[in-house]
Amino acid sequence: MEQMIVKVGLASCGLAAGAEDVYLKLREYLGENPGAFRLAETACNGMCFEEPVVELCGLDLGKVTLGRVNPENILPLVQEYKSGKLPSSNIILAERHPAVRNELMANQKRIVLQNCGIIDPLSIGDYEERGGYAALRKALKLSPQAIIDEIQNSGLRGRGGAGFSTGLKWALCAASKSDKKYVICNADEGDPGAFMDRSMLEGDPHKVLEGMIIGAYAMGSDEGYIYCRAEYPLAIKHLNAAIKAAQERNYLGNNILGTGFSFKLHIKEGAGAFVCGEETALIHSIEGKRGMPTIRPPFPAERGLWDKPTNINNVETWANIAWIIQNGAKAFRQMGTQRSPGTKVFALAGMIAGSGLIEIPMGMTLGDIIYKVGGGMKTDKPFKALQIGGPSGGCVPADLLDTIVDYDSITATGAIMGSGGMVVMDTGTCMVDVARYFLNFTQNESCGKCTFCRIGTRRMLEILTRITEGRGVPEDLDKLEDLAKNIIKGSLCGLGQSAPNPVLTTLKYFRDEYLAHINDKRCPAGVCTVLLRFEINPDKCIGCTACARACPVNCISGYVKKPHLIDQSQCIQCGQCYKVCKFDAITKG
Amino acid sequence: MEQDFSRLDHLISVHREKEGALIPLLQAVQELDGYLSRPVLQYISDELGIPAAEIYGVATFYSIFRLQPQGKHIVRICKGTACHVSDANGIKAALLENLGLEAGETTTPDMQFTVVEVACLGCCSLAPVIMVDDQTFGKLKPQMIAGILDRFRDAEV
Ligand SMILES: Cc1cc2nc3c(=O)[nH]c(=O)nc-3n(C[C@H](O)[C@H](O)[C@H](O)COP(=O)(O)O)c2cc1C
Ligand code: FES
Repeated sequence: MEQMIVKVGLASCGLAAGAEDVYLKLREYLGENPGAFRLAETACNGMCFEEPVVELCGLDLGKVTLGRVNPENILPLVQEYKSGKLPSSNIILAERHPAVRNELMANQKRIVLQNCGIIDPLSIGDYEERGGYAALRKALKLSPQAIIDEIQNSGLRGRGGAGFSTGLKWALCAASKSDKKYVICNADEGDPGAFMDRSMLEGDPHKVLEGMIIGAYAMGSDEGYIYCRAEYPLAIKHLNAAIKAAQERNYLGNNILGTGFSFKLHIKEGAGAFVCGEETALIHSIEGKRGMPTIRPPFPAERGLWDKPTNINNVETWANIAWIIQNGAKAFRQMGTQRSPGTKVFALAGMIAGSGLIEIPMGMTLGDIIYKVGGGMKTDKPFKALQIGGPSGGCVPADLLDTIVDYDSITATGAIMGSGGMVVMDTGTCMVDVARYFLNFTQNESCGKCTFCRIGTRRMLEILTRITEGRGVPEDLDKLEDLAKNIIKGSLCGLGQSAPNPVLTTLKYFRDEYLAHINDKRCPAGVCTVLLRFEINPDKCIGCTACARACPVNCISGYVKKPHLIDQSQCIQCGQCYKVCKFDAITKG
Repeated sequence: MEQDFSRLDHLISVHREKEGALIPLLQAVQELDGYLSRPVLQYISDELGIPAAEIYGVATFYSIFRLQPQGKHIVRICKGTACHVSDANGIKAALLENLGLEAGETTTPDMQFTVVEVACLGCCSLAPVIMVDDQTFGKLKPQMIAGILDRFRDAEV
């Protein structure tokens, strides 16, 4: 008999949106009605904006995915499906029927995320059923050189940000002679606004393990580390479970699948330092030291962890390996562009309707990502800028939305591909404030080794703060550009070398906004509070006195039921009056 | 006064032989004590034969380590990009107001809550986001803060 399955998405995003209560409700129902359906767990299908998400499948209706469910509406929806009817509301995706989000999903190309939100990440059986560990079996029959050739031919470039050829890196590490070599998975994911690695590790941890085991075999390593940030407790839990399950099936451990190849894997929890995402700093951190970057060469491929040859790749890079081995370099090259083959996972966030995790073939335009995959803007405020690449990246304006996604085209805009964080900003965002925000971040996270990075970023931050507070002078812009140039030149690692990018790109594309702050003492987006002017529109004010009561400095006066007035000389621009007014009578600008 | 550190001996012996064990050891000790006190760092230094300055250097480098006693519950406010453009500042103000903390203070006098800022909690699609202990709360509005904190306050009585 057909068995109906109800799958609840229990990744961090689902849990934060209340998925656990939905799960418990279903379990309670199942307790009272044993056998009504099979209750299963999965992670996130990428549509975080629709969380909590529940998938129904197993009956003739085909797969139906529900969004924004809650403990109250879930049971009626499940019962409708069970009785052979399409649920009457909350459908976001449906295999055999029209549904609001079908197109957003169809415009993606999922190879890295192929299992995310579909399998139970804690079940190695689910992973195997969908072809998991077949690539490892295949790889173990190939020579290490054949694997490296395949990866090199695929043209896969590192997904952690720099885009270095993965095959070449592997070849270098394989060529290093040593009794001991390490492979490392970089899951530090420090870019604020990025959550690709979290979602992949929570949703499909075995895919990353499989890539690492294949890589270790190809490079002659017998020990590896996954360096995962401590803010991701669920990812760490799933990784631990996956490692244990893989050991039980002998995909990890001694004499793997009887081939004589052995590999063991450890998890290291990060301790909260952005710079530890940089590979040399990460290595020092695993060694138990302060995570300070060191000069390369020597590259980790020659001398890395405990001075042994070491290969570091990003989570997403590792997650591509099994697919390439299984389907071949040629199939991989059929996706994406000549110089950036394959797909890329992005985390969409900010003022976009469809915030969540997506995977698209390289070569898609940024505009298509926002409008055809991300569902467009969240509110009616128009698009203003796309922030790509986090603190090392930049802000791309509307007229560059036809830029295609590949390493070189994005770099040409002044931003960088980065690891995949995309934050969409609308006209309610002040670009000077954004630049200041990122400089504050890099200045905090600079390890302090290089003078320009340590002090130069601080000077830039001071200037930007001054501008947002209305104390900027016209020469400030030249000073910013000058400092930026020197910080790029005078820093040893990527943190300093890329720290000025957010300032340089906003200066390039949004210079008017800087000038408005400096010359007119005005913040066009209405964000920089010190520059705001609050005014009461006498035609709308009914004299309810709410604003006068809320004002902490008592600078609003007026009689009851008569329009009120703000004494601008006393106003501290706190915005309380604006917040409490129920009649839209207060304007800010 | 002679202090008793025997509670740490087991952890130290587990980590002693491992390479690069200092950070995991400090994490485990902090898990136990809630923070890393000066005498504890000195004790670890004596036991492992690592200079106290080096241990202190590691403990101050990583933001996860706290050198002051902390509240029972840790409230992490996300200051990531997505949260920043979704009014994380308003959430922070509501939190501080609810807990009666002045700017710059992090722990409530009754030692119930410690507030820390983090760069990103990885739930950016639900911005703005906070995490209380290991529970994440998303799509927040300032007026929701009181209800969330009360859940944890109540758990105490
Ligand atoms: C400041 C800084 C932070 C970084 N953070 C990360 C990170 O969080 N995750 C990551 O994979 N790579 C990060 N990188 C890049 C790594 O140094 C390294 O290039 C990458 O892990 C290599 O893997 P890939 O070739 O697979 O991309 C960072 C680099 C710098 C300079
Ligand atoms: S920016 Fe707040 S969770 Fe990522």
